[in-house]
Amino acid sequence: MAIQTSINGKAVALSAEPDTPLLWVIREELGLTGTKFGCGIAACGACTVHVDGEPARSCSLPVSEVAGKSITTIEGLKSADGTLHAVQQAWIAAQVPQCGYCQSGQIMAAVALIEKTGRPSDAQIDAAMTNLCRCGTYPRIRKAIRAATGQAAQAVEGAV
Amino acid sequence: MTDTQTADTSPEAPIKRKGVKRRAFLIGGVAIVGAGLFGISIADSNAAKDAKARITGEGEHSFATWLKISEDDIITIYSPHTDIGQGSNTGLAQMLAEELDAMWDQVRIVSAPAESAFANVGLGRGFLADMTGQPAIINGIPQSFLALIARQMNLQITGGSTALRFTGQMTFQKVGAATRLALMETAAKRLNVPMGELTTQDSRVIHAKSSTSLRYGELAAQAATLSLDNEPTLKDPSQYRLMRQSLQRLDIPAKVDGSAQYGMDFAIPNMRVATIQAAPVRGGKLISVDTAPALAIKGVEKVIKLDDAVAVVAKGYWPAISGLRALAPSFSDGSHADISTASIFAAHDALFAKGEADGEAGEGNVQAALGAKPIEAKYQVPFLHHAMMEPFALTAQYKDGKLDIWGGMQDPLATKMLAVEVSGLDADDVTFHPMIIGGSFGRRLPMYMEIVSQVTKLAMQLPYPVKLIWSREEEVAQGAYRPQSSAVLTASLTDKKRIAAYRNDYAQPESAEDETVFPYTLPAVSRRHFAHVSNQQTGAWRSVNSTQQGFYNESFMDELAHAAGEDPVTFRRNHLKADSRHLRVLDEVAARSGWNTPVPAGRGRGVALVESFKTIVAHVIEASVGEDGMPKVHKVTTVVDAGSIVNPEAAMAQIEGGTIMGLSSAIGEAITLEKGAVQQSNLSDYLLLNMAQAPLVQDIHFLNSGAPMGGIGEPGVPPAAPALANALFAATGKRVRNLPIMTQAKG
Repeated sequence: MAIQTSINGKAVALSAEPDTPLLWVIREELGLTGTKFGCGIAACGACTVHVDGEPARSCSLPVSEVAGKSITTIEGLKSADGTLHAVQQAWIAAQVPQCGYCQSGQIMAAVALIEKTGRPSDAQIDAAMTNLCRCGTYPRIRKAIRAATGQAAQAVEGAV
Repeated sequence: MTDTQTADTSPEAPIKRKGVKRRAFLIGGVAIVGAGLFGISIADSNAAKDAKARITGEGEHSFATWLKISEDDIITIYSPHTDIGQGSNTGLAQMLAEELDAMWDQVRIVSAPAESAFANVGLGRGFLADMTGQPAIINGIPQSFLALIARQMNLQITGGSTALRFTGQMTFQKVGAATRLALMETAAKRLNVPMGELTTQDSRVIHAKSSTSLRYGELAAQAATLSLDNEPTLKDPSQYRLMRQSLQRLDIPAKVDGSAQYGMDFAIPNMRVATIQAAPVRGGKLISVDTAPALAIKGVEKVIKLDDAVAVVAKGYWPAISGLRALAPSFSDGSHADISTASIFAAHDALFAKGEADGEAGEGNVQAALGAKPIEAKYQVPFLHHAMMEPFALTAQYKDGKLDIWGGMQDPLATKMLAVEVSGLDADDVTFHPMIIGGSFGRRLPMYMEIVSQVTKLAMQLPYPVKLIWSREEEVAQGAYRPQSSAVLTASLTDKKRIAAYRNDYAQPESAEDETVFPYTLPAVSRRHFAHVSNQQTGAWRSVNSTQQGFYNESFMDELAHAAGEDPVTFRRNHLKADSRHLRVLDEVAARSGWNTPVPAGRGRGVALVESFKTIVAHVIEASVGEDGMPKVHKVTTVVDAGSIVNPEAAMAQIEGGTIMGLSSAIGEAITLEKGAVQQSNLSDYLLLNMAQAPLVQDIHFLNSGAPMGGIGEPGVPPAAPALANALFAATGKRVRNLPIMTQAKG
């Protein structure tokens, strides 16, 4: 039986087996490849999407659990006229990505953090941004989050 | 590559790819000067025609293989390098566009086809120069011969921090300059004015006197018929408009909106997805497997047995991996069941005790100068895994006698040639389509591309295209690790706090001699390699031997400074040549880090100085130990002398990331063995540094001494581990001699 859900604002009926992780439904059934496979055990965060506005690691979330929920992927962050989300723009301004593979997940995690906190402190960034980046773009991710929320680009040691 | 030194130098002499040893293209570069060198030499017109035919269409004109100008002024550059995320393609485009005086907005850079016509001649030249250590010799070798070497070795590799310093300087700047001259010559004829009255800017040739100008696009057709100047004069840096500017990287927009297509993302109609498990004990073979449990899973179509692995082919990744997990394959252990992390360290110790080195370098009589009571310390480092964020994924299709493969590898041409070998097809019937790579750090080098063989074998027996994805578990268990390595360092001091003798005995599979730079001037120094090989595949891990050697030498220098009762910076200064680049980097990092100012309570400051790939990097790290025993890095001050920098912002990002990767390996990363198999299973137990653990402040400075251009992708890594270990010693009095630190923190 098809699973009814909404992806990036569009209603979809999914035919995947109920135990299939949402990640593979997004990538293989819907062809939205911006959401990445990194580890398959929710350790790296490359597969992060929003489920009803909350960040979720889609590699470990059976598709049956998102029935009736609203899912946003990296492809759904742009506005209708194609303008990039402010966080995506900050990512370009700070020249964050290197290999880029983890960045969809990083951006989705950052957008969720900012929507929740407004202006996240460095401690809040540390707590929420647990996605892994092997290229070591963490300083630039922090810089982009700060810039996107109107904070000084450079983190200052000891500031809260 | 040492083979080529003794090879018959006639152009017909076969040069086997096998001869390309890893160290040959991982050693640092040399001063690169001399004759111009283009992708296609005049003598090699077949390759030139082939290259042109592959990249030009109606209204497009090819120059020196690597460049295409269309009549509507779009400039397309074909890069023989794989941009693994280090920004090298943007840098290469800056270098070519600079000399061409191109309009930057109209410049595109794409991957060169994985075909021999696009073998990287500039790189061949760089490696050859590296090998001989005498660039003057290289300058005497005809370019046609170098082109032939590059093609015969299928050279299209990215590694050794070589893209800008070899390919950029030795080919791309010259292609840009020579093409500019051809465009000017064409304009001079068309306008009937002397060349000397012409200038160029923003993809136009300008004749100021008559206030006329011609677009490159309208000159390209005719200019492309001229033979190019092999010795064009390059710009003086004072004239640069694009180089040395922090231009935004060309690949980044597609990496923030999810549109960038990696090998993992490739799909074609009718494609199946496969996943695979190879023998957990490397060297083992597949004995038997009952395929029924996998075939019982909905979506699974086939179970394919290979010599040392079993693969499950399904409609998607989830049924494929579910099917694989349902299997209980039986593998042999290749008689390696007695190999463990402990057994390897024990073997190292036995080699040291025996004292018969496999290689020795150095100067002076070390044994005599060490005296009766030398200072000695033993260091041990584990296997390290690359852990690039994109697991291996290649798609292959065998159809109508032709094999196509899509994905990201560090050497597209070698990938193709391996598929040719495995499939038994003609080279003309095999095409590799390079895609964006989600990290590599040495893992996707051609020496360890077993996935290419695997996907080729699968595709050749399947009636549909197949994408082979390695699970993260497979990727962790089947790595090409930085070797587990031990070192015993021994030294003696004079009564004037100077080193009298210094010995570095190290055990690992291969010698580190070609890559390791020991910057200190000592009366007697010895480096001895003790070869020990386990069953594990070992390979190049970002900055290669300089990571463990940097850790050994810079930790021990710190130990000696303390033994001498000397400040660690002063002690190093006293052993560096006056006016040397190393001394300047050290002094600069000391000044910028406030080395002589008090450290905040509870913290220690550590310094380390390592040269790799012709770039000198020093870090000063401020660190403390938390209540949980885990190290906390508060601040890293870094000074870099890479000679000169093409794109400052991109270079900065490489040093930031390299430093973090170095810290990550020092703090948490280890591959350990038990019964011949890797014990780690995923990123849950192979621990990468995360945001909260990364230093909050990284203060990075480039000296730009004007020395020959060094690499930038790798040199930030090696000094990170020793600077942290030295900082922790300063903070706690406890010396870190075994990595990762976390293992010891946990007791």
